Parts: sequence; structure tokens; C-alpha cells
Amino acid sequence: MDPIASLAYFKPELILIAAVFVILTLDLAGLSKPWLGYLSIAALIGSVASLSGNLFDTHWLFFNLMIYDGFSVLIQILVLFMVGLPILATIGSTLIHERQKGEFYVMMLALALLLIIMGSTTHLLMIFLATEAVSLSSYLLVGSQKFNKKASEASLKYLLYGAVATAVLVFGMSLLYGLSGTLALTEMPIRLAKLGPQAQGAVLTAMVLMLVGFGFKISMAPFHMWAPDVYEGAPTPVAGFLTVAPKALGFLVLFRVLTIAFPVQYHEWSALLVILSMLTMTIGNVFAVSQNNVKRILAYSSVAQAGYILMGLAASSEVGVYAVFIYLITYLFTNLGAFLVVGIVEQSEGSNLLEAYQGLSKRNPFLAMTLTIFLLSLAGIPPLAGFIAKWFVFASAIHIGFISLAVVAAVNSAIAGFYYFKIVKAMYLSPGDKESPIRKNHLAFTAVLIALAGTILIGILPSPVIVFVQHAFMSFRTL
Amino acid sequence: MNFPILTWLVFLPLLGMLAVMLTPKQNEKLIKQIATVVSALLFLLSLKVLMAFNLHDGGIQLAEKVMWIPQLNVHYYLGIDGISLPMVVLTALLSLLACVASYGIKDRVKEYFALYLLLETGMLGTFLALDLFLFYVFWEVVLVPMYFLIGIWGGPRKEYAAIKFFLYTLAGSLFMLLGILAIYFTSTPQTFDMIALRQNNFAAGFQHIVFLALFLGFAIKVPIWPFHTWLPDAHVEAPTPISVILAGVLLKMGTYGFFRISYPILPEGAHWFAPWMGILAAIGIIYGGFVALAQTDFKKLVAYSSVSHMGFVLLGLASCSAMGMNGALLQMFSHGVLTGALFLLVGALYDRAHTRDLSAFGGLGAVMKVYAGILIFVSMGSLGLPGLSGFVAEFMILLGTFKIYPVITGLSCIGILLAACYMLYTVQRVLLGKVNPKWEKLTDMTGREIFTLAPLMIVTLAIGVYPILILKFMTPAITALVGLLS
Repeated sequence: MDPIASLAYFKPELILIAAVFVILTLDLAGLSKPWLGYLSIAALIGSVASLSGNLFDTHWLFFNLMIYDGFSVLIQILVLFMVGLPILATIGSTLIHERQKGEFYVMMLALALLLIIMGSTTHLLMIFLATEAVSLSSYLLVGSQKFNKKASEASLKYLLYGAVATAVLVFGMSLLYGLSGTLALTEMPIRLAKLGPQAQGAVLTAMVLMLVGFGFKISMAPFHMWAPDVYEGAPTPVAGFLTVAPKALGFLVLFRVLTIAFPVQYHEWSALLVILSMLTMTIGNVFAVSQNNVKRILAYSSVAQAGYILMGLAASSEVGVYAVFIYLITYLFTNLGAFLVVGIVEQSEGSNLLEAYQGLSKRNPFLAMTLTIFLLSLAGIPPLAGFIAKWFVFASAIHIGFISLAVVAAVNSAIAGFYYFKIVKAMYLSPGDKESPIRKNHLAFTAVLIALAGTILIGILPSPVIVFVQHAFMSFRTL
Repeated sequence: MNFPILTWLVFLPLLGMLAVMLTPKQNEKLIKQIATVVSALLFLLSLKVLMAFNLHDGGIQLAEKVMWIPQLNVHYYLGIDGISLPMVVLTALLSLLACVASYGIKDRVKEYFALYLLLETGMLGTFLALDLFLFYVFWEVVLVPMYFLIGIWGGPRKEYAAIKFFLYTLAGSLFMLLGILAIYFTSTPQTFDMIALRQNNFAAGFQHIVFLALFLGFAIKVPIWPFHTWLPDAHVEAPTPISVILAGVLLKMGTYGFFRISYPILPEGAHWFAPWMGILAAIGIIYGGFVALAQTDFKKLVAYSSVSHMGFVLLGLASCSAMGMNGALLQMFSHGVLTGALFLLVGALYDRAHTRDLSAFGGLGAVMKVYAGILIFVSMGSLGLPGLSGFVAEFMILLGTFKIYPVITGLSCIGILLAACYMLYTVQRVLLGKVNPKWEKLTDMTGREIFTLAPLMIVTLAIGVYPILILKFMTPAITALVGLLS
């Protein structure tokens, strides 16, 4: 499709682009910060509302640089929550300095746009540009609290690790381009097949290098080292955002690259992912056990969760694909919700240590109960969203016969139960020294409630989500 | 079905939980009333099911089936047969009695009863679910309130006991989940329907592996030696009413799993594993008995006696015969009633003396006369005195198993001897001998305590004298199950 015709399918992005400039200008003009926040959320809702027509038709946009399919629609809807909930929680919060909130909203909106673009392309150049733009914005967001030393350190760490990963990713892409002479993933299998057997080593090298590059984005072991430090140092709303958004998009892009460009090499990358999946979940869970900082526990848990999602990717059967995306959707509500609660407690207590959570069930029963529900969902206890997700990843492994992977995952899930319940124990079982109730912040509570609703509803009535993912997968397969 | 009675059985407690949560936490009286009324209604509903039950039908009755997640072919499917009926009645009865026994809870009353009602939903759902997915959901739902009930209202080492219970069961149930998934993907057509799955003749090797995966989940719950180590901790630390539920109902969920899932769906696996089941049963019976004999803590003694008594259930299961399995199911019911009563008695004593150390007591028979009578009665039931329910069940199990595993059965008889030893030794240490002056002032049983114990004693005696009272409900279903096994 040519650019002019493409614009009809580009409305959500256009709305976000406009919003970025409008809000930036209004910030300069001195509009009060809460209003900037509300406007940002309105822009996000507007962008989703502008989706129209049959959502599951596939269209190529801008001379095949972008693709509009079921998965890009899915991402557009998810972005509303990924970006909207942290913004909603930030409006009344002090975790982001009041003076910097304008920039924060603009950055988040820009990220929303970039995430959507990252999720709507199968062209290596666009993939690289979008991925890099998302990463650069993430580094900035992490370091946005420039007076906070820990945040600055986290930002630098993130940048350095990220730069190396990007270099590896580009190297892989350049090899692939050199071998195939094209940047379009869809043409890759035919071009690569023409190369003959002697070039397969080079193809595999390119594939592995790209896997490493994306492995960094999705915090896959052994490239996860940055994650706990960055998530701990970042302002909590940003940390919550980082654990769900770039990761989800990283998985989507990785899924597209592997299944579109390397279907022939399935056995190689599948075997590799099985090992990396086991490694990632084990490292994440084992390291989480000894932490006493809730944010770090959740950081390592998010590494472990990446391991479970990799199970679905490793299978890449129909069930496996459902597993990946259903996991990402449920994980979005559950993990973001947990971080939102952590943010509220941090603002009140000034600490993320387990001690700060002692007696929370008395000081604010609502927060304690919601965080418990999020943690139970992360642990995969029914009837919550996390259980449906876990069900699917286990099913994908069993279905395709990866029995040892399923067994490792089962053992890991039991370990995970231990550290999630460390937090629950602090909230309910340990008496706290403070009795004062925690102040209510209505907007942040609203954000928590939305995440809670998602966690519970998807758990009890998962059908709509499953159907959506099924449709998205079908529209993807028509490529 | 005009009136979905089974759905009410499962979700009435959940409604009760919501009602409790909406009640202000200062109004403790109202909260207790809500919980009691809900539990009483449950018991009445379970009796209504008992009335409506067709004695001549060995299949599923009162079934309620609605599509839940069409993409996964998951149904909301409840139903009852002769195997689940005794468990449902037992659960409803013990829930009511333990609820009344919970009036002594002073701290965080609202949270306690809310969680207690959630626990009831989970337990009844587990016994009524006929869809593997639904079964797993309820199975796991039980875990969470149990963790809190032990962890918040328990004894000195409650936190350790609670997380140990939680992690053991979680680990087991995850393997059970893998087994369920394997069954689902191997069945044609792919289904979670426990009844439809019986028609699938799975390959022998597949049945062996999946049987082991499910076994892990159920064995930890029962608990079968060597997975029993969470049990003494959890029982000792849990508050009295929760110990009653734990021993009376939760342990039965494990053996119920064998009856409901492993045996009918994987008959070949069941036969293959039966000798090992018998050996593990005998080890559990003898080991549990000896360890119980060595205890000085009254509650720990009862906990280990559970390991021993649940071993008999497994022995009956190992026989794969109608007699043995009837006995096993009866033993589940009987043990639930008797151990529930024993835990109530331990709790009554602890409330007065604030110790459970058996060597500290003595001569209480002269001080607490009603208590002494009840304790002797329940102990006799527990050690298998003819005329009480424990004897009938254990006798049937031994009778059914002897033909098949004479050596194992013979060894298991030691367990009955040991039961007599530790129960009589306990009665002697608590009731007989000189009155310790420290305990002269102890008051006898209150009306509320007698109310919680009397129904259990009546049931024990009734089944002991006239076992057909309950066997007539169970036999058709067990016959059908044995038919599937051969």
C-alpha cells in the first residue's frame, strides 16, 4: 500500500504523534501537571477508539515497511494499559518529581507510539529503528529522576548493557542482510534456502546473534544481568512499565523474526530456546528467593516469568503461540498491578524493603489484599489470570512433548511460590511496628483497580482473550 | 434440574464470604452468625442431596453441566455419586461443627470467617467437580485460605508450618497439573470430562507415567509416607477447628483423587502401581503407629495416628477389590469423623490447661468426667473397637486385601495393635493415675463443646453397629469402579 492509502490504518499512531506535540507545547505553556496527565490518557483512549473496521484483516502499509495484522491490533490495545496505568498512577504520586511530570507524560506517549510501531513491522530496518527508539526512551525514563543516584546508576547500567546488545543485534541483522540481500523478513526463507548448505552456518550465526540481541530486551538469561538493578533503581511506575512493555514487544518481535524468517531452522532455535527457557526461569527464581527488597523480588520474578513465556515460544505450535500472547496479556495486568501497589507503599513508607510491608493487612487491608491477589496470580493460583497463562505454557510444553521442560517449570513454580509468599507473610503474618493507615491516593487506586479487574476477570472468563489471540494468530498465518 | 443444588452447595459459602466481608469488623457476633447459618444451611443441603440420591444408581447423579471455556473444552461440570456423597456429607458436617468450634477465635474474627467460608467452597468444589480443569481450580483454591488460617491463627511455629504446607501441596499439584494436561492432549476427543475420559483406553506406558504424576499430587495431600513431613507441623500449629478440617477433610481430598481420577481413568496404571501402593501403605501404617507411640504432644500423636489410619485407606485402594475399596471409602469417612473428634478433644484440653504435654496430665478422669467419657469413646473408635465405625472400615480393608497381598496385610495388622497401644497409653496418661493438683480446678465440657462432639459420636456408633446405613450409598459406585478396573 502506498503512504497515502496507508494513513487510513495509521490513525492511532497519528493521534499519538499529535498528542506528543500538543502536550509538550501545553507543558511549556504552563498547563497544570494533572491536566497534562489526563490529556495523555485521553490521547491513549482516543488512539484505541480510532481502531475501526475488521480488526483482523491483514494490510501492508508504507510500501511493506509496516504491517497491520491481528497482533499489531493486540499491541495497540495493550499499549493503552501498559502506558495508561503508569500515567494514571503517577498523576497524584510523588515518585516522579512534580516538575518533571510533563516530560514524563510526553516520554510515555512517545513510547506508546514507538511500541506500536515496533509491534507492527516485519522489516529489519524498521525493527531495528523501533527497538532502538524504545530502548533509548527507556534509558531516559529510568534516569529521569536525575537527583536520585540509584536511578542514574541504573540508567547508565541499562544504557551500557543495551548498547552491547544492540551491537550484537545489528551484527546479526547485517549478516542476515548480507546473506539474503533483503530486509523484509517475509522474503527471508526463500532467499536463505537458495544459499545452499554451505551457508547454513552463517545463517545460524546471524540467527543466534539476533536472539542474543532480543534476549537482552526480554531479560532472558544469561543476558538478564541488568534487569534487577534497573528495575530496582528506576522510579517504580517506570519499573512496572519496563517489566511489561518492552518485554512484551521484545517477545512479539522475536516471535515474528523466528517464525517468519527462520521456519526452516525451527529445530535449532527451538532446542536453544528450551535450554534458555529452563536457565532463565531457574536463575530468576533461585535469585529471587534470597532478596528482601520487594522491588528486587519482583524484578527477579519478572526474569523467571520471561522463562515461562519462552516455553511457549520454544514450542511455537499453535498452543505455544497462544501461550506466549495469553501470558503476555495476563502478565501485563498482574505484574503492572503489583508494581502499582509497590509504588503506593513506597510513596508512603519511603522504602521497598519487606519490613515496610509488615502489618500492611491492618494498615490498609485493600492494598494488602490486592497485592496478595497479584502475587497469587503470578504464582499461577486459580482462578486468577496467571493460572490461565501458566496453564497455556504448560500445555504447550506437554503438547509438543517437552516433558523435561515442563517438569523443570513445575519445580520452578513451586520455588516461586516461596518468595511470593514471603511478601504475603510480611503483610499478613508479621506484626508491624506502625499502626497508622496508609493515605489513599484515588487515581493510583483506580489504576490498581483496573489491573485487579483484568487479573480476576481474565481468570474467571478467559474466553474473550483466547478468542482474540486465536483471531490474531489466524490473521498472522495468512501472511 | 430446576434447582441447581450442587451449585448452591459449592457457592453458598462464597456468598457467605462476601456477606462477611461487607460486615463491619467490630460486629463479631453478626460475622459468627453469618458463618454458622451458612454452614448449617450447607449441612441441610447435603442432607437434601442424601435424600434425593438414588441408591440403585452407581453412576453420576444430579449432574449440572455448562460450557465454561469453549476454546479449551472446559465445562463447569458438577455431579455426585456414591464416592463423593459420603465426602460431601462429611465435609458439610465437619464444616458446621468446626465453625461452632471456631467461636473461641478472638483475633481478626472477620478475616478468619471469610477465609473459613472460602475454604468450604474449595473443599466442596473439589468433591463435586467432574471436570479436571474445574477440579484443579478448586483443589488449588483450598490452599490459599488454609495457608492463612494456619499462618495467622496458628501456634508458635505457624509461619513455618503454613508455608511448608503450602509449598508441599503446591509442588505436588503442579505435577498433577502436568498429568492432567497429558491426559487431555492424549484423549480423543480432547476433553477434561472425567466421565468421558473413562472411555479412553490409554497406552500402558502412558498410564504408568501419568499415574505417577497424579500420584505425586495426591500422595502429598494424603499424605503417604515419605511425603508426610508437612502434616505433623501443620496439624500441631493449626488452631483446633482448622486441624479438624485439615485431618477430617483435606487429607481425604488426596485419597478421593485416586477414587475419582487415577483409578477410573488410568486402570492399567492403578494395577501396575498397586503393589507399591500396598507397600507404601504398610510402611505408613506401621511407621505412623510407632511414631505416634513415641509422642508426648497430644496433638502430634493424633497427627501421626492420621498417617497410620490413612495408610489403611491406601491399603484398601491397593487391593483393587470391591471389599477393600468399600472399606477404604468407609475408612475415609470414619477417620474424618473420629480424628475430627479427637482434635476437638485435644483443643478442649488445651483451652483449659494451655499445654498438650501428655506427661503433664494425669487423673483428669476424676476432674472432667464428661470429657473422660467422650475421650474414651472416641479413642475406642480410633483403635478399632468392634461396634464403632473404625473397626468396620479396617476389617473390610483387611478382608479385601488379604487374598491379594497376604504378607502386606499381615504386617499392616501390626498397625491395629499399635493403635491400641498409643490410644490406651494416651487415655492412661491423661485420665488415669493421681490427680495433678495443678489441674484440680479444670472445668468440664461446656454445652457448646458437647454439641460439637455429640454428632460425631452418634455417627461413629451408628455406622459401627449398622454399617449398611452408609455402605448402601457407596456400594453401587464402588462396584462400577471395580468394573472399570478389571
